[in-house]
Amino acid sequence: MSDDAVYVYAIGDAALAADLPAVAGVGGTLVRAVGSGALAAVASSVDAGEFGEDALRHNLEDLGWLADTARAHHAVVDTVARHHPIAPVRLATVYLDDANVRALLDERAAAFTAALERVRGRTEWGVKAFAAPQAAEEPQAAEPQPPAPSEAGPGTAYLMRRRAARNRAAESRRSAADAASRLHEELAGLAVANRRYPPQDPQLTGSRDEMVLNAAYLVENAGEAAVRRLVEERGAPGLRLQLTGPWAPYSFATLEET
Amino acid sequence: MTRGGLPVPNRADPPAHRQESANLADILERVLDKGIVIAGDIRVNVLDIELLTIKIRLLVASVDKAREMGIDWWEHDPSLSSGHRDLTKENRQLRERIEALEARAADGDGTKPPDRHHEPERADDV
Repeated sequence: MSDDAVYVYAIGDAALAADLPAVAGVGGTLVRAVGSGALAAVASSVDAGEFGEDALRHNLEDLGWLADTARAHHAVVDTVARHHPIAPVRLATVYLDDANVRALLDERAAAFTAALERVRGRTEWGVKAFAAPQAAEEPQAAEPQPPAPSEAGPGTAYLMRRRAARNRAAESRRSAADAASRLHEELAGLAVANRRYPPQDPQLTGSRDEMVLNAAYLVENAGEAAVRRLVEERGAPGLRLQLTGPWAPYSFATLEET
Repeated sequence: MTRGGLPVPNRADPPAHRQESANLADILERVLDKGIVIAGDIRVNVLDIELLTIKIRLLVASVDKAREMGIDWWEHDPSLSSGHRDLTKENRQLRERIEALEARAADGDGTKPPDRHHEPERADDV
C-alpha cells in the first residue's frame, strides 16, 4: 500500500498509547495510538483510495460497505472502551497523515478534554420498550372457534369481535407507551444524561411489536446494577423491555463549541 | 494471511458477552448519528453524512422498498433476521389479507355490514 490515510475512531487520554488492545480496524490493519500532549487518538491506517473523497462518498452509499465499516468501527470503539475512557468519533473521520491528527489534537485539546471528562467513568446503556400484545387480546387468533350463534349473525359478530380486539390493542399500546414514558423518567433520574432515538421499524427489529421507547442513558459505572434492576422490574406482560450495553458513550460524546 | 482467494481482514467482532444485543440498527444509529463530529482531511462533509443518515432512516423505515431495490444486507445479518422473523412476516401478511377480505365483504353491500348468507362463502371465493 503506497498510499495510506489515517482513520480516527476515538479520542482518549495519552495513557492509552501504552496499553492499547490489539484490535483490527476498518481496513483490517491493527489500531494504533496517535498522541499529542495529554491526548491520544485511536486510529488505524486505511487505504487512501478506499477512503478518498470520491470513493468515500460513493462507499457510504453502499449499504453493504457501510454495514461492514460500521461493525469494524464499532468493534474498535467497543474493545478500546473496555480498557480506557474514550470519546468515540463519528464514522468515517479520515486524515491524510498522523501529523494532521496531532495538529487536530492540539488545536481542539480543550474541547476534547471537556468531552472526555463528561464521559469518564460513565457508560452508555440503551433501553428499548415494545408494546407487546398480550395473548389474551387475540382469543380468536390462535384457535378459530365457531362463533356463538346470535341475533347479529356470524358475519357481524365476527366483525364486532375484530373491532373489539383492535380497540383492546390500541388501548394496550397506549398504556405501554405511558409505562415506557414513566420508565424513561425513572432511568433519566439514574442517569447523568439521556438521549432519545426515533423508534426502530418493526421489520428491522425482527419483532412485530411496536417500539415505544428507544433511548440511551449515560450512567456512572457504579450505577449499572440500578439500571439493570429497574429494567427488570418494569417489564410487564404488555411492556417488553430490552437493555443493550454497556456501550461506549457514543450518544454523549459531543464537542461544545466555544 | 489466507490461503489464496480473497484476503479476509481479521476484524474483531464485538465480543458476544459484552454486546449481547448489539444489532446493526443499534450500531448504525450510534456510529452514523452520534460521536464527536470533526472535519477530517477527507471532506465527506457533515451535510453528506446527515443526508445519508436520513436515507438510512428512510430505508430502515421501509425495508420492503429497500429489498425491491436489491438492498438486503440485513437478511444476512443473524441479529436482524431469523426464521422467527419470516413467521412474523407471514403472520402479518395473513392478517393483512384477512383485513382486506373483511373490507371487501363489508363493501360488498354498500353501507350494510355483511349478513349471514354471504359472509362465510366470501372466504372461499378467493
